[in-house]
Amino acid sequence: MASSPLRGNLIALGLLGLAVIGAFALGRFPVGPGDIIGSIWAWLSGRPSDLPPQVETVIWNIRGPRVLAAILCGAALAVAGAAFQGLFRNPLVSPDILGASSGAALGAVIGIYLSLGLLAIQLAAFVGGLVAVGAVYAVGSTIRRGDPVLVLVLTGVVVGSLLGAGIGLIKYWADPYNQLPAITFWLLGSLAGTARPDLLPLLGPVLVGTGVLLALRWRMNVMSLPEEEARALGLATGPLRIAIVAAATLVTAASVAAAGIIGWVGLVVPHLARFLVGPDFSRLLPTAAILGAGYLLAIDTLARTAAPVETPLGILTAVIGTPFFIWLLASARGGWS
Amino acid sequence: MSLAASALAYGYREREIGRDIELALKAGEVMALLGPNGHGKTTLLKTLLGLLPARGGGLSLDGQPLAALGIGARARALGYVPQAHAGTFAFTVAEIVLMGRTAHAGLFAAPSAHDRAVARAMLERLGIAALAKRPYTEISGGERQLALVARALAQEPRYIILDEPTASLDFGNQGKVMAQIRRLAAEGLGVLFTTHDPNQALRYADRVMLLRDGHALASGPAAALLTPDNLVALYGSAVETVRDADGRLAFLPG
Repeated sequence: MASSPLRGNLIALGLLGLAVIGAFALGRFPVGPGDIIGSIWAWLSGRPSDLPPQVETVIWNIRGPRVLAAILCGAALAVAGAAFQGLFRNPLVSPDILGASSGAALGAVIGIYLSLGLLAIQLAAFVGGLVAVGAVYAVGSTIRRGDPVLVLVLTGVVVGSLLGAGIGLIKYWADPYNQLPAITFWLLGSLAGTARPDLLPLLGPVLVGTGVLLALRWRMNVMSLPEEEARALGLATGPLRIAIVAAATLVTAASVAAAGIIGWVGLVVPHLARFLVGPDFSRLLPTAAILGAGYLLAIDTLARTAAPVETPLGILTAVIGTPFFIWLLASARGGWS
Repeated sequence: MSLAASALAYGYREREIGRDIELALKAGEVMALLGPNGHGKTTLLKTLLGLLPARGGGLSLDGQPLAALGIGARARALGYVPQAHAGTFAFTVAEIVLMGRTAHAGLFAAPSAHDRAVARAMLERLGIAALAKRPYTEISGGERQLALVARALAQEPRYIILDEPTASLDFGNQGKVMAQIRRLAAEGLGVLFTTHDPNQALRYADRVMLLRDGHALASGPAAALLTPDNLVALYGSAVETVRDADGRLAFLPG
């Protein structure tokens, strides 16, 4: 695989740029790139812009926050997916492998069932994701037999299925006219309601978690070797695994809390990034973040504009992700380049 | 100066694999752990590397107890070459060898120019510099094994420990890898490798330890120890000996 890092990153940045322009230009109130630059320039220089106030509102209060949220969620899911794929030495792993998504979903579903406010539901989702992965880790590390990585994955699968049963029970109890549609909508993922106050609770965890993963990028290469090889190379794998799982879970939970469950991004985008710049995490993580941001933003734009009613994001990522992944499987020839 | 075991008992938490191991690997010598498959060779290697805790007895590295050394200090003294595997991700050979520098850098540090220079030098030392940019997943088994030796050398260890270095290699590659191993000892490294092939031990090792059922049947100079009687005792099956006009020996399964 002739993967050139510079060319790969230029492609990724180009796609992100196109996605941003497309996201503003498409929709019921199109905003051109000139208007965005004008508005940002006016804000930076402190002078009033000569744009109509509706355009300003669309940029700063409606589409802008939604674009930023899509960028953050897409980058977060892609980086978490790449980290988990390396950690579990398995290219078919996605960020919800340890139950982060199912935990967050159960938290949110309970929040909706108890008729909590939006912020409280997001908090419940966030905490649910962290608690689920913490529980998986705690249970997994009490089992001393066998490969610790495999034990962790199996525990994640089992706990995830238990959480799924919990979600099913709440859906069964929920009021079918008010709560059930809200639950269903949330489980399919959407950025429709994103407003400016939603950005900070998303930005903080995503920056912290991504920062930790980026700081560990060289060590993550070694973590993707078999456990004993990594230790023979001088890496304390136990503590490092906890740090990587915690950071990746933090960004996943923040993304699920903000946008609901969006599958496939964390699975597909790391492959695409590896295709562009190779498997070395020092290059893979930044590229995956940029690509993930552009990918989810493009999908969210499609979700807004493809039909008179918004399409749930999880549906679109699955519809696009499935054939893409099958193509990837068919063309990967052995190694997961 | 040696990697030494005395009265070593080894195995896993719930099961002892072997005991009473006396061993001292010195700089500049090649030692072979010879024995049938499934008789504790790999487990003993992992114990010597500090990857498994000893169940009893003593393990020391240049006079210091091995267990008292941190994981980084161990990796800077002991290089480990596992059996070549395909790998999950298509890292380039250069990236794989660079991972050998892990114990020489801080947790968050990127590899320095010096680290890259060492990795490059090790690729050249093993004659595989031309493979640097090739994906590790797409090179031959022999080349992979050499890449893993280069990675272990990039650790800049004093001892190098190889697990069945030729187990999955074809005839020609076996010779290439073993010749490199001999060269490393000539350059001053202590080399320990496991094998189930007595001819390999005879040809490339200075000393051998015969390991059966986790116990050392015998330990000493290769030429003196590798006799038909000892091999029959070791493998529990007949052995045929061939000898050429110069008196050189080879063993055939009988």
